[in-house]
Amino acid sequence: MSGKSGIFDMIGPVMIGPSSSHTAGVVRLGRAAIRVLGSLPDEAVITFYNSFARTYEGHGSDRAILAGLMDFKTDDKRIKESFEHAKEKGLKYTFKSVGNASTLHPNTIRLQLKKGDRSIEVLGESLGGGVINVAEVNGFTANFSASSHTLIITAKDVKGAIAYVSEILSHDDCNIATMTVSRKGKHDVACHVIEMDSGLRPLTLEYMRSIGWIFEIIYIPDIDL
Amino acid sequence: MAFLFNDFRGWKTYCLEKNIPLYRAVIEFEVEQRNRTEAEIWAGLLNAYTVMREAVQTGLEEDMSSRSGMINNGAKKVYKNPTTVLSPEFQKLISRALAAKEVNSCMGRVVAAPTAGASGILPGTMYTLQEIHQLEDQQILEGLLVGAGIALIIEQKASLAGAVGGCQAETGSAAAMAAGAIVYCLGGDIDQVFNAVAITIQCMLGLVCDPVAGLVEVPCVVRNASAAAIANSSAQIALSNVSAVIPVDECVEAMGEIGQSMESRYKETALGGLAATPTGQAISKKVLIQDIEILPDHD
Repeated sequence: MSGKSGIFDMIGPVMIGPSSSHTAGVVRLGRAAIRVLGSLPDEAVITFYNSFARTYEGHGSDRAILAGLMDFKTDDKRIKESFEHAKEKGLKYTFKSVGNASTLHPNTIRLQLKKGDRSIEVLGESLGGGVINVAEVNGFTANFSASSHTLIITAKDVKGAIAYVSEILSHDDCNIATMTVSRKGKHDVACHVIEMDSGLRPLTLEYMRSIGWIFEIIYIPDIDL
Repeated sequence: MAFLFNDFRGWKTYCLEKNIPLYRAVIEFEVEQRNRTEAEIWAGLLNAYTVMREAVQTGLEEDMSSRSGMINNGAKKVYKNPTTVLSPEFQKLISRALAAKEVNSCMGRVVAAPTAGASGILPGTMYTLQEIHQLEDQQILEGLLVGAGIALIIEQKASLAGAVGGCQAETGSAAAMAAGAIVYCLGGDIDQVFNAVAITIQCMLGLVCDPVAGLVEVPCVVRNASAAAIANSSAQIALSNVSAVIPVDECVEAMGEIGQSMESRYKETALGGLAATPTGQAISKKVLIQDIEILPDHD
């Protein structure tokens, strides 16, 4: 987080109403999730939890999430008509509501997205003021805000992996802001989620993709508000 | 520089020492804290003001009915009403604040200033002020910067969020921003600007956030109109050098104290006040999702 508020937090953001946590934040969660998928989805199962579970329709969060999944920005007037746009684009969707999920943030959404053979799952939180936290990606702890450059590496749990990855990033003059690493089990699959102050060169990404013990690299440049 | 927006006293001292107007200090703050250029700041402000004006127009021209049915083209009815309570200007002020806020409730584009729930107040007041006094856009943008400085201090010392400080934090802060901006735009000095903020806060203290069905509709929309009216009455009082007696920094602290001691049912939870009335409950039952899976309690 960048810390202290600025004047465009006071006179702004420019956004589609009615509420920054129910519309702007939700759109951004959708936009972050399609970047994890790597494309626009054909199918989406959207689960609204806790506070969202009962109010998502009244606040238009259903339209906001579909808009995000079609990569509309938070100030895009088409958000209001996103059901029509989804129909046009052939995006199939299902909404679910779950209450009393006591371990989850009050405003949580689970997104299960499919494009062809590829499917992903993202658990996201809308924290207020349009700020988001992507809490989980494919069951791994993630905790990134999509407001800086993010790298998600799925790799084998091997010795020295974290040091190796951070060394590569430093060679690209890249400062790590946050890093979250978790694994399924010893020597099993691990996931590194790294937020960085600057972007990576395509060459660096290509090199990392060529490393034998790295299974997948997802790179998400910052999503502007 | 960051210390500037910890309190109004520091902001005033800085401006007097450097002999600069209030808005200048806000620009310097943004340039230093956010690495923005001055050109970017003016462009951003003009964009914000353009969106505000569009929201007023949209609310007065297009269909504004919300999904819940609670909001149904109210601004247009006020604008066109042949019975004028005070003056045509007052009627326009009220209908414009309603219009921009209805756009927010109906999923249109607005500027959250400072929040989406209070997004009708600055558009209504600034639009009307510019029209009555034939002000240049540049003056309005300077007024918005003064408003931003006011909000930065309230955020530090109290809160801008209904969930933290009740409605006083949202519509109260927006009205304080508007009152300060009006006085600045009409040539008021620093003390008069800050006195307008103090008076406005005194008028808005204690207002709870009790939205029916949890939606940003009732009473949020009409409160944007009343907050716009209070901003104007406070500006009129302050420009006449009638003192708020309690200095502005202490008024903001009182707002923070009241917000802290407010029960959570009055902080956007839709559990108290208007939301808890029989009619509020009936509406809530109608608009909230009923097809919901409830997980068992964990110990």
